Amino acid sequence: MTTNSPSKVHITTTINGQQHELLVPGYMSLLDTLRELIGLTGTKEGCLDGNCGACTVSVDGRIVDSCLVLGAEVDGKEVDTVEGMASPDGLHPLQQAFLEEAALQCGICTPGFLVAAKGLLDNEPSPSEDRIRHWLAGNLCRCTGYDKIVRAVQKASS
Amino acid sequence: MHPFAYVAPKTVSEAVSVLAEHGDRARPLAGGTDLLVKARANVWDLDAVVDVKNIPELMSLSINGAGLSIGAGVPCCQVYEHKDIQEQYPGIIDGASIIGGIQIQSRAGLGGNLCNAAPSGDGIPALIAYSAVAKISGPNGNREVAVEDFATGPSRTVLENGELLTSIEIPKPAANSGAAYTRFIPRNEMDIAVAGVGVFVQLDSEGKKFESARIALASVGPTPILAQKAGDSLAGKPVNDESIASAASLAKDAASPITDMRGTVDQRKHLVEVLTGRMLNQAIERARG
Repeated sequence: MTTNSPSKVHITTTINGQQHELLVPGYMSLLDTLRELIGLTGTKEGCLDGNCGACTVSVDGRIVDSCLVLGAEVDGKEVDTVEGMASPDGLHPLQQAFLEEAALQCGICTPGFLVAAKGLLDNEPSPSEDRIRHWLAGNLCRCTGYDKIVRAVQKASS
Repeated sequence: MHPFAYVAPKTVSEAVSVLAEHGDRARPLAGGTDLLVKARANVWDLDAVVDVKNIPELMSLSINGAGLSIGAGVPCCQVYEHKDIQEQYPGIIDGASIIGGIQIQSRAGLGGNLCNAAPSGDGIPALIAYSAVAKISGPNGNREVAVEDFATGPSRTVLENGELLTSIEIPKPAANSGAAYTRFIPRNEMDIAVAGVGVFVQLDSEGKKFESARIALASVGPTPILAQKAGDSLAGKPVNDESIASAASLAKDAASPITDMRGTVDQRKHLVEVLTGRMLNQAIERARG
């Protein structure tokens, strides 16, 4: 196994249901892979150290900070981003609820909150307020004070 | 970030040979939640990262009559979602479920927590309290190290060139035993411990006397600390407030914290005493079932 040059890694990955074949530099984050190689800029860069959750995506159904995942690691995996949430028929119920509850101001944290909240509701359709707040502790918002976000997630719950 | 190669071996021996070839310019990649932060901050200049998640034995999680085996790459979420671990090792769950937020727990594991060797590693005190052992493979074969001896300083471990942590082995807890871990942080979530305490107690069959105890501390020294005297002081003692207070006081003596942005020496020592008392009571409650 040679490791002399930081060569590119060949991966096949499914992003929002669509298969992609890519050559990624070994050190490129999943965040940069999505934004720069695929052109999916909905996923935002925030702190780049795992505190803010702005870059949250789902990998095989688990939410992760895409700044702390390498693109090379998602070979054979399913990645879901905010771009995959709405359907041709309309917004995802969480997106609709965020609009109705005014759960965003500047919007930079919103894609991360939406993907994280979807990760919760996909597995627990009716979480308590405490559970929602605990689940979203890895996402920071400097505008809303969180109440509106929590209300929006509650509204989208069944 | 220094450009590095991504290597994804399928066996321990391949991983060991790549690590040995590059020395401290290669690191194993499990959850990446510390590694990629350090690489990006140029704390480490790496030529290669060795993703261990394609090595089956590093991803295995098994529990049987002998105990619990946690592969070094297993993320926290798999540990705390495991029903048998919840029942038999609640102290492990206490630690694994408070490391970072949900996004971090999807990736970060107890193996990485151990190898990152932060004095504040929330996963470590409970492992020490449960008498866990780290299994290591390297160019010269395999060896085992008690978890309390694994970290040798902040970000420093016993791992030598080419060595790889493969799993953490936790013996089956004795009957009438219980364990618990908690930390103090000024926020509700997503913070680094100002002080943390993990304990394990084994009681007699009536739950009235301590047979043995182990107490371990986080964030109050250069490494997580086994407060041996504090734990040993409980052997043979009745389960009462006096025994607990005396052990908590000894745990406080074992702490050697520094003053930094998160807390002062005095506050941290005080916290160790208070948290030791609370965790002993919690572990006793769990031991009594």
